[in-house]
Amino acid sequence: MKDSRLEKPAADIAQRVRALSEAVSAVHEIPDGFVDTVLEQVEHWKPSNGAHVVAKSWCDAAYRERLMRDGTAACAELGYEGPQGEYIVALANTPEVHNVIVCTQCSCTAWPVLGLPPDWYKSPEYRARVAREPRPVLLQLGLELPPEVKVRVWDTTAETRYLVIPMRPEGTQGWSEDQLRASVTRESLIGVAVL
Amino acid sequence: MDGIHDLGGMEGFGLVEIEDDEPVFHEPWEAQAFALNIVSIALLAAYNVDEYRHAIERMDPRHYLSATYYERVLTGVATLLVEKGIVNHEDLEVRAGGSFPLARAVVANAPSLGGDDARPRYAVGDTVVVRNIRPHGHTRVPRYCRGKRGEILHVAPSFTFPDDSAHGGPIRREPTYHVEFSARDLWGEDADRLDTVVVDLWETYLEDPS
Repeated sequence: MKDSRLEKPAADIAQRVRALSEAVSAVHEIPDGFVDTVLEQVEHWKPSNGAHVVAKSWCDAAYRERLMRDGTAACAELGYEGPQGEYIVALANTPEVHNVIVCTQCSCTAWPVLGLPPDWYKSPEYRARVAREPRPVLLQLGLELPPEVKVRVWDTTAETRYLVIPMRPEGTQGWSEDQLRASVTRESLIGVAVL
Repeated sequence: MDGIHDLGGMEGFGLVEIEDDEPVFHEPWEAQAFALNIVSIALLAAYNVDEYRHAIERMDPRHYLSATYYERVLTGVATLLVEKGIVNHEDLEVRAGGSFPLARAVVANAPSLGGDDARPRYAVGDTVVVRNIRPHGHTRVPRYCRGKRGEILHVAPSFTFPDDSAHGGPIRREPTYHVEFSARDLWGEDADRLDTVVVDLWETYLEDPS
């Protein structure tokens, strides 16, 4: 088998995808609608699901307790479960500890609550740097943490999938759960931003 | 394998750039590449997720770093489907109208490191040391924590041991642990004295401190 020393330029990437798709279809029948169903499912995995979990945890102390004890079940309560969500652990930020998630070896993410990960999360820059120098990386992204706050970087190396629970921002007393949900960003659910 | 994929702590990379309002897929082919992996795993049952991760790890380092995420997905899927005899490399290149780089061959099967689906050996608060293992095949223990001492923060469920299942070995489940390491133990005195890194590790990767 040839390898990938790239002695000659590779064919256009879209042509390679089409080639593999055709070659698979030539030997295995792909049921009508299978790929469409997969891609429709992807649309249901999004950060606003994680934002829903967070907003509810701010408004409902019993839910927060369940979330911290069994993140998988608490996410499933709201309908968020499935591939890459088999074991979800919620990481609550506190005034003392700030949590940030990475997958240094590939790009594992809790799909049901975070969605498929964004390019920056999958980049060599983020994967290489955040485990070793989290504070400069966070600072570059606009988050300056006080020196007395501990940074805990969670490397997603086995099958646990993490969700950061940011602290509720000040001045949001009286906000509805929907208003709060809309204020929660994907970056805050990964831990590279606060609210 | 001590491959390019094991990026944690590597220096020399530049800024992390966040794209505003980033779409899930930038181009239709990215969605198709993602779907081809799901088709191959869920419909064809051609390989398991550990074989898939290892196929991407086996990409030439120069190709790995220059490829986007979904090009790595495509390359991993195509490599495995060629290796499993489901598609043919020359046919792919004819269809693509040019070169279709694949990952390198498996160098060695990882030896089974033992263990079984027993009750967890460790409990929260225990001190453990990461074994300084260097398998040539697939492993999920990052280089940066090998030989390091950490503390068990949480006992997670048992999951399939990837070093075996990536190489056609037994599908064997064992406990995984969230192990916390001091940043200074991992990265030296430049690291912040408060900061830590938590790594999720299978029991076989751990041993008692001597």
